[in-house]
Amino acid sequence: MSENGKKDDRETGWFERPQNVNRIWYALLAVAALLLIAELFYEHHPHFGIDGLPGFYAVFGFVSFIIIVFAGKFLRTIIMRDEDYYERD
Amino acid sequence: MSAIELNPGLLMILAGLVAGVLPWRLRQLVSLATPVLGIVLLWSTPIGAQSVVPLFGFDLTLLRLDALAFPFALIFLIAAFLNAIYALHQDDRLQDASAMVYAGAAIGAVLAGDFISLFVYWELTAISSVFLILAARTERAYRASMRYLVWQIGSGVLLLAGIILNWRVTGSLEFGPLTLAGSAAWLIFIAFGIKSAFPLLHNWLQDAYPEATVTGTVVLSAFTTKLAVYAFARCFAGESLLIPIGVTMTCFPVFFAVIENDLRRVLAFSLNNQIGFMLVGIGIGSEIALNGAVSHAFAHIIYKALLFMSMGAVLYRVGTTKASELGGLYRSMPLTTIFCIVGAISIAGFPLTSGFVTKNLTLTGAENAHLFVTWLLLLFASAGVMEHSGIKIPYFAFFSHDGGHRVKEAPANMLVAMAIAAFGCIFIGVFPSVLYSIMPYAVEESPYTVTSVITKTQLLMFAVVAFAVLVRTGVYPKEIPSTNLNTDWFYRKPGMALVRGFVGLCLAVRNGLAGVVNGVIQRAHAHGHRHHGPDGMFGRSWPTGTMAFWATAMLGAYLLVSYLR
Repeated sequence: MSENGKKDDRETGWFERPQNVNRIWYALLAVAALLLIAELFYEHHPHFGIDGLPGFYAVFGFVSFIIIVFAGKFLRTIIMRDEDYYERD
Repeated sequence: MSAIELNPGLLMILAGLVAGVLPWRLRQLVSLATPVLGIVLLWSTPIGAQSVVPLFGFDLTLLRLDALAFPFALIFLIAAFLNAIYALHQDDRLQDASAMVYAGAAIGAVLAGDFISLFVYWELTAISSVFLILAARTERAYRASMRYLVWQIGSGVLLLAGIILNWRVTGSLEFGPLTLAGSAAWLIFIAFGIKSAFPLLHNWLQDAYPEATVTGTVVLSAFTTKLAVYAFARCFAGESLLIPIGVTMTCFPVFFAVIENDLRRVLAFSLNNQIGFMLVGIGIGSEIALNGAVSHAFAHIIYKALLFMSMGAVLYRVGTTKASELGGLYRSMPLTTIFCIVGAISIAGFPLTSGFVTKNLTLTGAENAHLFVTWLLLLFASAGVMEHSGIKIPYFAFFSHDGGHRVKEAPANMLVAMAIAAFGCIFIGVFPSVLYSIMPYAVEESPYTVTSVITKTQLLMFAVVAFAVLVRTGVYPKEIPSTNLNTDWFYRKPGMALVRGFVGLCLAVRNGLAGVVNGVIQRAHAHGHRHHGPDGMFGRSWPTGTMAFWATAMLGAYLLVSYLR
């Protein structure tokens, strides 16, 4: 994308303003914290045992996501080629 | 005879063929009215209906409507209707006709009660759908469509071989439960496996779907793989081999989706991952798990179509779905953005969406069967779905860094199709009993227990937190214009080189042999030329004078001889 020309007409959108980005970030943290606290208010019926640990799903979701992204980054070093890789000959 | 007329699959196929020669507006009317008529027909056909037609000594069951076929036939008709709305803005005879025939073939296959009918419809889905890729009318699409066709027809050939072997062994042509023992069942299993994109047999999907047209990819996403899911549920319910296969399918596309730049290809990986969930449900085979697979297929067709529609709208307006060139489109296409987010939260499985109330059945099925590793990996894959479909698709297309594109909102017909699909996602999520009521088995429990709502939301929200952390720290990988190798590399590079080498070798042998043979022929020719050519001994022309001379000489000799007597 060209940095000039096409972008000249833009005004900063709501989602691009830093203070709004921060608002979203803190709202997200607040929701996440509330979800953790909510665990204290109902009876647990774990199927496997491990899923009865406090915050199991939260930790599992967070860690899985990190693993997936880092595995993807590593995968790039093996399988990434130029965009026209198959068109070159 | 009325049974054939009443088959919604055949109705769609015939209407599609007729639509191919109709003028635009009339064709649109037919493409909209036929699925509606099909749904009315389906609804008026009682569950348990069966119609058998004798042909060449075989009894073909062209229509068998039972509790398993009904939800699939219904959702295929709904998908055909949504696709018709989504395509209203364009006048493309080829695509309209092939989309209808393709949908009809898939519905026909679902309603087929014998293997011969299944095979015919199975191949028809392959042949009719390839035009949706070809219709992109680019060199890339042409090549991808040919690779797609090889895989699809290959699946059909294996299926036919399996059907014939099975018929020889068991004498039965019934499209019904099989045990995975003996070559017949294995051939059928692999044939279904190709169509459902088993690991290592999967890449025709990621290869071809993103090369199809704006509307074509939406159509393609609905039918082929879900027909395979139906076929597995029909023939191999409870086959435990499907569990590890399905789990692999849910997990490995996740890593490829993270680094894929083309957002329609990301959705193709995501499609693969979703089919994995369904196969796990079928592999577990309990009532709740099978309900999970079928209801997931039903819900999935709607939200996957919705996601492909939103990316199609982006492709239609911006001209690309490459994440590296997009971003900031929420300002130009606010409605498309909202619909895309509805699709994204549905596929991720947030409460009050269709993904939550369907995928949970499969997870509960895994819990009840005490499959700990399977259950854990399905949770892992759920975080993966959140990553690529829940976050990556809407984030990079509509938010992220402003790509600078100032385009118009999607055409009205696209918005209507997306709105209906988005409504469907939420409706099923809020009123799951409506979907549950058409499942093969009764569903007693509500998916909305406090535990399931809190735990699943935790999983998803903390995945979002992880994303936010990675983006804020700059660790999240940038979108890079690139090609990521996959299994198709083996036949597109070394396989192709092998074929080229073999063809080269054949040419060399042929040229060598031709040299030898040519030498022999040329010598023979020269020899003949010497004797029979214009100057050759046998080739000379004889003047008429010569003949007259010899005739006179002969007569003279005759006269002489007669005097001498």
